[in-house]
Amino acid sequence: MSETQTLRQWLLTETPTSRRHAKISAFYKGWLTLRSNTMAMIGLGILVAMLFVAAAAPLLAPYDPFVQDLGNRLAPLGVEGHVFGTDSLGRDILSRLIYGTRITLYIVALVALIAPIVGLLVGTVSGYVGGWTDAILMRITDIFLAFPRLVLALAFVAALGAGIENAVLAISLTAWPPYARISRAETLTIRSSDYISAIKLQGAGALRIITKHIWPLCISSLIVRVTLDMAGIILAAAGLGFLGLGAQPPSPEWGAMISEGRRFILDHWWVATVPGLAIFTVSLAFNLLGDGLRDVLDPKAGE
Amino acid sequence: MSMLEVDGLNVWFGKHQQRVDAVKNATFAVARGESFGLVGESGSGKSTILRAITGLAPDWSGTLSIEGQTISKRRPKSFYKQVQMVFQDPYASLHPRHSVDQVLGETLHLHGFQDIDNRVVKLLDDVGLGQKFRFRYPHQLSGGQRQRVAIARALAPEPELLLLDEPTSALDVSVQAEILNLLTDLRAARGLTYLMVSHDLSVVGHMCDRLAVMKSGEIVEIMSVAALRKMDARHPYTQQLFEASL
Repeated sequence: MSETQTLRQWLLTETPTSRRHAKISAFYKGWLTLRSNTMAMIGLGILVAMLFVAAAAPLLAPYDPFVQDLGNRLAPLGVEGHVFGTDSLGRDILSRLIYGTRITLYIVALVALIAPIVGLLVGTVSGYVGGWTDAILMRITDIFLAFPRLVLALAFVAALGAGIENAVLAISLTAWPPYARISRAETLTIRSSDYISAIKLQGAGALRIITKHIWPLCISSLIVRVTLDMAGIILAAAGLGFLGLGAQPPSPEWGAMISEGRRFILDHWWVATVPGLAIFTVSLAFNLLGDGLRDVLDPKAGE
Repeated sequence: MSMLEVDGLNVWFGKHQQRVDAVKNATFAVARGESFGLVGESGSGKSTILRAITGLAPDWSGTLSIEGQTISKRRPKSFYKQVQMVFQDPYASLHPRHSVDQVLGETLHLHGFQDIDNRVVKLLDDVGLGQKFRFRYPHQLSGGQRQRVAIARALAPEPELLLLDEPTSALDVSVQAEILNLLTDLRAARGLTYLMVSHDLSVVGHMCDRLAVMKSGEIVEIMSVAALRKMDARHPYTQQLFEASL
């Protein structure tokens, strides 16, 4: 870097001097694209705030989320000391929400790691290899798709045992087929393109073509799809919790909090509404960010 | 010994009732250092011959040989060091997420070269693109620049035979001349053998020494470029083609 050149110029150069420089520069340009998208930044902001809240939960929460106060049950919003009121056992809803971010993030992170990766693997192999492999993998996918998601997850949890980890695993196992379908469809269009033919002519094997040439093109649509599915995933975990197969009481999982508040929804609406709003906010944040990420990940956009 | 010999080549797509014979009994030979053209209208099987030679069209019969060595159905890696192909459409033949550096670097890596950095720089210079294009992505390049990258990729393994599938038909007229001149220069500098597909007789007249005229999958005539310039055609279809191109 010459002395007259600022860091910004170095990052935005049209003619990078090394492979590392090119990578950093591309990353910075991607960040600029994301930053110029206000909605995506709002989404990112919410998620960063949520990460912070989850990390600092013991410092931020005014009360212990498990301490009951039966004399002060179902206190309304804004009552002294309880901003969001209390639930049916007199526990502070704000504190439970704050601790609940940890569980929500945990669910989201695990499902987002397992389901799309399994789906990507199955879909691209199926689409690229074709023939019998394709037929077998896609029929397995069909079987998974044919079951209602929650029912299948129920069966898995029943087999694995109740608990949040097993619920996440069960949701992941039922969530991968749509990802497999998407990546297979993309692979089918990509595999016959000239640039795949061109790399075949360099003697590249199937493994290299799938991982280095097909995956990068499938990933952006998968990311968008994953962010759109996040709300459904959180709610599926909540549904399992409601049936007694997911998060176990007194765990402050948001979905479980909603199903608990359902009993009082007519007279004490906030007990179910506040965690519902939290789920809504997080889902919205994921959707906004996903939309922005797609713009960044697609190099042809923004030209 | 010819660089490339094609003897009784048949290529077909599909099976049973849906079978389409794209190339029927094609026979020709290309000498070392020669530039041979394949001309004909769309769908006459010109590009299919190239795809059969490279193995991209899997169903074929007949004999193909490179420098006297018969090509087996499953091509060894050494085959791709000898024979490379430039595709018709530079907008489709470069991976949209790979920078020029990645495209050339990966090609060199696959062929087992060690000094990849130096070679990438040299290849870019050879095709008339400077260093500054090295880390660009395809969407940041013009059609002509993309085709130069595609040519650099084909040259990376240092092949002896280059298959050119209408390398200029997707480009502007002004850029076409640049690319054709580049190909002429590269052939002179590296002693390459070209097998070039085109539907443009003037391009073939400019680039090639001999040509074969194809019609619905069959080679109807093989002639020299001198005969092309004199419009000295024996087959009625060739005469028709000449008249149409006037």
